[in-house]
Amino acid sequence: MEVLLVSLLNGLVYGMLLFMLASGLTLIFSMMGVLNFAHASVYMLGAYFAYDVSRHVGFWPALVLAPILCGILGALIEMYGLRRVHKNGHIAELLFTFGLAFIIEKAVQMIWGLLPVPYRVPAALDHTLFHVYGTNFPAYRGFMLLISGLMFLGIWLMLTRTRMGLVIQAALTHPEMVGALGHNVPRVFTTVFSGGCALAGLAGVIGGNYLVTEPSMAFTMGPIVFVVVVFGGLGSLAGCFIASLIMGYVQTFAVVLEYSPADALAALGITVTSATPLSEFLTIPLPRIGALLPFVMLIVILLFKPRGLMGTRDT
Amino acid sequence: MNETLTQTATRPVSAAGAANFVRQHWPWLLVLLIALALPWLFYDWSRARHSGFVVAMLSQMSMMVIFALSYNMQMGQAGLLSFGHAVFFGLGGYCAAHALNLVKDGSFWLPTELIPLAGGLGGLAFAIVFGYIATKQRATAFAMITLGIGELITACALMFKTFFGGEGGVSTNRVIGTSLFGLGYGPAIQVYYLIVVWTVIAIALMQLLTQTPLGRMANACRDNFERAQFVGYDPSRVRFFQFTLSGFFAGVGGGLYALTYEIVTFDTVAGAMSANALLMTYIGGVGAFAGPVIGAVLIVLLQSWVSLLSNSWLVYVGVLFILMVTFAPGGITGLVLMHEPIWRSGRIGRLAGPYARVVLPSLILATGFVLLVELCSFITIGAAQGKSFTASGVTIDPQHPGPWLVGAALVIAGGFALWREGRHFRAVWERVSEEIKAAGREL
Repeated sequence: MEVLLVSLLNGLVYGMLLFMLASGLTLIFSMMGVLNFAHASVYMLGAYFAYDVSRHVGFWPALVLAPILCGILGALIEMYGLRRVHKNGHIAELLFTFGLAFIIEKAVQMIWGLLPVPYRVPAALDHTLFHVYGTNFPAYRGFMLLISGLMFLGIWLMLTRTRMGLVIQAALTHPEMVGALGHNVPRVFTTVFSGGCALAGLAGVIGGNYLVTEPSMAFTMGPIVFVVVVFGGLGSLAGCFIASLIMGYVQTFAVVLEYSPADALAALGITVTSATPLSEFLTIPLPRIGALLPFVMLIVILLFKPRGLMGTRDT
Repeated sequence: MNETLTQTATRPVSAAGAANFVRQHWPWLLVLLIALALPWLFYDWSRARHSGFVVAMLSQMSMMVIFALSYNMQMGQAGLLSFGHAVFFGLGGYCAAHALNLVKDGSFWLPTELIPLAGGLGGLAFAIVFGYIATKQRATAFAMITLGIGELITACALMFKTFFGGEGGVSTNRVIGTSLFGLGYGPAIQVYYLIVVWTVIAIALMQLLTQTPLGRMANACRDNFERAQFVGYDPSRVRFFQFTLSGFFAGVGGGLYALTYEIVTFDTVAGAMSANALLMTYIGGVGAFAGPVIGAVLIVLLQSWVSLLSNSWLVYVGVLFILMVTFAPGGITGLVLMHEPIWRSGRIGRLAGPYARVVLPSLILATGFVLLVELCSFITIGAAQGKSFTASGVTIDPQHPGPWLVGAALVIAGGFALWREGRHFRAVWERVSEEIKAAGREL
């Protein structure tokens, strides 16, 4: 019971963090058709910016400044990079962001070094919020939930209550038609790209000290965010949200459930020894398979439902 | 061009045929000659030894040529962007390593020369399994599935000990004494020549494949899959065949890897290796068959030489890649082929002046950029390794603002000059192209 409750909360924290990254990526992917490989790199940059800013002026300014820096960076990438490559087709755009991710990783290594940096939870939030059956729930996780909840609300209001949001919603499903109606689609693209990057930066700020801030964090997070976006489906923020939570729970529960297929067989009365065929596969505990699960999920959904959970168009 | 190819194919082998063959394929034969001769240019006669560095680099180059060409079977010829191609290279390597070990134990007999074939068959088998999954989709969905497969296999390689050996990988020994020609394959130079033979075979086969109906249909499905479907071909089946054959050749490359290094670890299936294939192929050029060869040679050169001089060689590769994607989507071969019409019209001399004027600003810009990157890397990574930054005997202090200002000034000055000269260059280029078009109309 206690494991279940704590895992439910942790999964929610991780899922919301994923959604913060994936929501921007889904918007960019749906509108521009570009699967932005550099998205997780911006997340990493957000964490590093926050580390540098919090070293000098503290965590709270970093919470605002780092996402803004990431947003500006995103706008620059879109205006001076992607737009230029756009005429060479989607594959060229994808490759451009791939190269960008590559360079950002190397640049981060050069500027901040190869080792993880000591980006820590601020002292004001470094205490226990409440106890669940004797397990501590840190205040920082509560804070992460709060920030991601606010972000969720913010996105929802922006998309449903503003003119810009309506144009974005329309451009998600019918990008050509929106352009034909005379809206400035390139500017919408830049806004969304920049906004998505700012969200990724925010995820970096609050995720960097929750996880680890190191040069490889982009390449560990990147594929998982892709899985979320593809799993959720193109053009659907709701699908993206559900996929984020599923992924958050799958990863959290995989870590706490210390079972292996052999245990399931033992319940059926079959004992697995080292002599059993495929014993290596059968005795592997679930926490170790946890890292594989997102990719298995990705392959399975693309096989059976290529549009993803709630996708409206083909990828 | 198609006509000449079929003519040469049907003509009986004769002295004239051989001369024709040489005339048509002289660049390839020249490269082969260079590849055969290079180890001897660096031969240390005083100690009667080959330069280990050069032989190792050339071996790496040859297997990367196979790897990049097999990648281009998907990317260039079938328009399939894969992020998990190293899976077949690495799994081929694992299969070859296990085959070597089994032959050594006496479980079965296989000549050393055919060990890469074991790798190829391993790559083929896995490509059939994964290709069945991946090639149902195309474009971005295909790219995502291959990314997933790549991550999946990398995670498996670290997890399962029996086949992958976990983190330590699978070690093997290539001296198994089953050579068909009585060679021991102890010295690296013998392995190198074996690699060259396999590379020639693989290149020839892949080149021939581009001329088969399958190769042509792969092109058709890349360019317009709906039309190909309409004509009555099944694009997903074409993709499947192209994918599996490409996996076979990647596996051959992996087999050669196992023979050369006598150890196969999870690095060979990991994302960095797949990215390598993509970088080599794209920088070389996806449009021409020879493109990936040039890319592979260039990247391995950078990898072997620049990595000795600089910690940040991957930054330069990344920047080169971005520049290629942005300004020259055809890669190096694409850039060269752009000059063909101008060359044929005899107007190439007109470009010499503008080219000369672009060189100096580019050099200034590149020097400034390299200086800044190196300064940056010496502050963190270099300092951690306890190295000091020396350029042609002068020690540069990265903590001092002087070198940074010089670097920034070089970048700004070079960038500005290049921007101006670039405009001039483009104007001349467009004028020459217009003239050629006009001349073509008059004819």
